[in-house]
Amino acid sequence: MTPQETLTNGPAAAAILASGIGSMALGLFTTLAQAITSIKNALNLYDPAGPLSGKTTVAVVVWVVAWGILHGLWKGKQVDFAKVFIATVILIALGLLGTFPPFFEAFGG
Amino acid sequence: MVSVWTIPPLLNPDVHYWMKRLGALDILCNWAGQEEEVAMSLTAREFWVVIHGMGLGAIFLLAFAGGLAGLWSLRPEWVTAAGLEERLRRLIAGTWIMAVMAWLTVINGTYMVYPWYRVKPPAGADLTHFPRSYLLASPDLAAWHTFGMEWKEHVAWLSPILATAVAYVVVRYGSKLANQEKIRHALMVLFILAFFAAAIAGLFGAFINKVAPIR
Repeated sequence: MTPQETLTNGPAAAAILASGIGSMALGLFTTLAQAITSIKNALNLYDPAGPLSGKTTVAVVVWVVAWGILHGLWKGKQVDFAKVFIATVILIALGLLGTFPPFFEAFGG
Repeated sequence: MVSVWTIPPLLNPDVHYWMKRLGALDILCNWAGQEEEVAMSLTAREFWVVIHGMGLGAIFLLAFAGGLAGLWSLRPEWVTAAGLEERLRRLIAGTWIMAVMAWLTVINGTYMVYPWYRVKPPAGADLTHFPRSYLLASPDLAAWHTFGMEWKEHVAWLSPILATAVAYVVVRYGSKLANQEKIRHALMVLFILAFFAAAIAGLFGAFINKVAPIR
């Protein structure tokens, strides 16, 4: 870590926002799998666990990729942390909503 | 005295042999104060459900408490420079142990325990050995699956993602985190949300395993 990086909040903001994006991705794919049968079938990566295996794998991949991109963009930079954090909280709330059965079951299944 | 000690099949037969050699079976039976036949058994599936829910879960809970206390108290006005370093070590341990436990729990749950829960029964089978089908067969119990398990299996995965972000930032910033109040507060929120997600999963897991245990 260089001295310049230690003074910036970019890496922290990237990690925090990426966790929100990963959370939202989990909620999104949970809802999409419920609404669209072809997506549900495509997400069935490991049959004994069913589509849950694909939903969680895709969410983890989205999280890691988002983290890598954001880290590359914000490494060594100072960002508006308050805005990043608010966006993260909203994304996590969407993730929680998307994984809440009364919500995603309203889309079919 | 006749001792009958059933070890999980996964551990048989070597562990059974060594426990017998070491006298552990007799000690346990004497401790129980029973002269008649004593049997304690746990299937391999039950063993892994215990590891999933109680083993990893207990460590997760301890790590959360340590991590949250560490984040809360990592303030320059509260501790000396030497104290800050000492607290940081505990904070790093707490956050990383929680993140690792969360990953192990969801991976073990999704790829080992959950397939046992959802396996489809053959025609005419005793449904008590097929938890998902057993719950869905009864209108009084179906919501344990349609709401409880459906929520648990998904929301649990938020926990390792959030906990890992917290653990990374703690290591990345180290003692400098003490002067980064906004980041520290954000980490506390994420850490609590990670715990909240795991708590939902843990509570429903415990209840569902009570109503329809995996055997």
